[in-house]
Amino acid sequence: MSSTTPLLDVSGLTKHFPIKGGFPIRRTVGAVQAVDGLDFQVAEGESLGLVGESGCGKSTTGRLITRLLEPTAGKISYRGQDITHADRKGLAPIRSEIQMIFQDPYASLNPRHTVGKIISGPMEINGINPEGGREKRVRELLEIVGLNPEHFNRFPHEFSGGQRQRIGVARALALNPKLIVADEPVSALDVSIQAQVVNLLQKVQKELGIAFVFIAHDLAIVRHFSQRVAVMYLGKIVEIADREDLYENPRHPYTRALLSAVPEATVDAEPRERIRLTGDVPSPINPPSGCRFRTRCWKATEKCATEAPPLVQVEGNKPGHLTACHYPETEATIPAPRLSKDPEAAA
Amino acid sequence: MTPPTPSAAAPLEVTDETVEKSTTSDGSKGSESRSPGQLAWRRFKRDRTGVISAIIVILFFVAGLAAPLIAKIYGKDPYTTYGLSDPTLLGDNSYPVKPNGGIDSQFWFGVEPGLGRDVFTFLLYAIRNSLLISTAITILVMLVGVIIGVTAGYIGGKTDWLFGRVIDILLAFPQQLFFVAFTPVVLNLFVPANEDTPTTIVVISLITLLVVFGWASIARLLRGQVLALREREFIEAAKVTGASPARIIFKELLPNLWTPILIQGTLLLPTMVTTEAGLAFLNVGISDPTPDWGVMLGRAAQVYQDDITYLLFPGIAMVVFVLAFNLLGDSVRDALDPKTKR
Repeated sequence: MSSTTPLLDVSGLTKHFPIKGGFPIRRTVGAVQAVDGLDFQVAEGESLGLVGESGCGKSTTGRLITRLLEPTAGKISYRGQDITHADRKGLAPIRSEIQMIFQDPYASLNPRHTVGKIISGPMEINGINPEGGREKRVRELLEIVGLNPEHFNRFPHEFSGGQRQRIGVARALALNPKLIVADEPVSALDVSIQAQVVNLLQKVQKELGIAFVFIAHDLAIVRHFSQRVAVMYLGKIVEIADREDLYENPRHPYTRALLSAVPEATVDAEPRERIRLTGDVPSPINPPSGCRFRTRCWKATEKCATEAPPLVQVEGNKPGHLTACHYPETEATIPAPRLSKDPEAAA
Repeated sequence: MTPPTPSAAAPLEVTDETVEKSTTSDGSKGSESRSPGQLAWRRFKRDRTGVISAIIVILFFVAGLAAPLIAKIYGKDPYTTYGLSDPTLLGDNSYPVKPNGGIDSQFWFGVEPGLGRDVFTFLLYAIRNSLLISTAITILVMLVGVIIGVTAGYIGGKTDWLFGRVIDILLAFPQQLFFVAFTPVVLNLFVPANEDTPTTIVVISLITLLVVFGWASIARLLRGQVLALREREFIEAAKVTGASPARIIFKELLPNLWTPILIQGTLLLPTMVTTEAGLAFLNVGISDPTPDWGVMLGRAAQVYQDDITYLLFPGIAMVVFVLAFNLLGDSVRDALDPKTKR
């Protein structure tokens, strides 16, 4: 990472959704601690992968960065400018630089608008008049994302899921953004289509130098796409590292368990060790004290219950590899999951 | 009866049709695409009941709007008491002399018993007045209902709660009873009890009352629709690009709400026609010298034992109109929302 100001700097980001209850006077009786104190940076042109189980706060994080949600606490800076609590007017100049790609391509396109209208909408809102007119720009964008520019006047219902997601990508690109938050952009698509869309995003990232926050639960796709990966558990980042580091030398027990759960691709491979986590993810309304993973961790001790482990560079980590664990894994404690050494998976 | 997600419904049904089309025409013609609206129109045209109903409804509206013209060509008006000036029309018992309510080449639908007015022009003007009042009420109800429903749904929170309770109260009222009891009260606000009430005041207060008590169900329906749409990702996508609330409501939400609005509108109008006629029948709406469906039916109810023909014309006309409009409403709903298969 460069030493200059990062493109996006998130520190202590917290989002608690209040739970209202009581009668006759409704009051806040609790909070869903969806995101609880995230720290990370995204450099220009870099792709940060955000992985974790369902309900761990990945999507909430994405919506906080794009300011669809108001953070409860913490700070979000974009190029050094604080946008944590900026209103619509204050965000206006930044809106065009941070864009989002949504999960469900069937819900993210207005069914009553033509493709042309959907893609030119962002330009219209931000009063951008590209050279040669908006229609020309829309045709260009359609070509970039691999769609027929002649489909300008079609409606979303005439396209397949993969094509719709391409339209969503074109819309996100319409404003020449510097950062795209992709919220599980391929998880609603067929596996055969996923690769196409991921390759498209990769092409976009490389050719246009756009930074990505790539939210996914598929480890293989994140590995393919992101230079740096953050693993989330119950609203906290438990481990963040460069791609190779994380996949080959996972230090947090949860990361290790996640990696060991990736299905084996080769049939006659040696059976590798599979870490089975018992129990469910605890409720984010009442998360466990100390380390949030301790209820399912096989190494948990008294210390884990009383003291929350900080996200630091633990002994034996490369620079930039941060782990939040009192008892980080080493090669010795448990044989590393075979996946991380599988040459085919690394390809 | 309301489509839960009209927006999602339309595409799903349609996809195979368009895919079929594009494979046969090699899919290279970008200009050949059709909007959801055009697809609905195609489906509607295929629905024979709907088309016939639409023609009947349009005929009624044309007859109502062109009533003065038709009356002029026909050579009579609904106010002149032909029976009193021409003693050959009405007998000593004040009923028409000729059979079938006095139908002849002069008076196509016969003569009114008692005063001897021309039934044909009276009915034309009754249709005209009833439709004008009902249309005005429907448009205002839809307008108020859409504005309040969309606002409450989009803003949410306290506003939504407040409107929600107002709607609850309005829907809890026994409406017919309330109209009967309150119309004289409202009229008394404008005109002292001992004076004659001008028809315009009656019409205005009628419209006001029906609108005040009519918007609630539409607003509740649209609020629900907006709540469902508000969480859809395309609204978030618009927000991410910095769209203003006004743009989101008018450009993103409203195009997706036309389906329920149109359906509710077409179902509301015939209801308003019957409500308005019902009130006139109960002597709280439009009253006698002014031609009106309800007035006619009220008068016919007094004489039907001796002159059934006088009841038949307004009665049948109203049944045909309300039936056709309701069938039209059903067809519009089927065309716009192909998921509701009967």
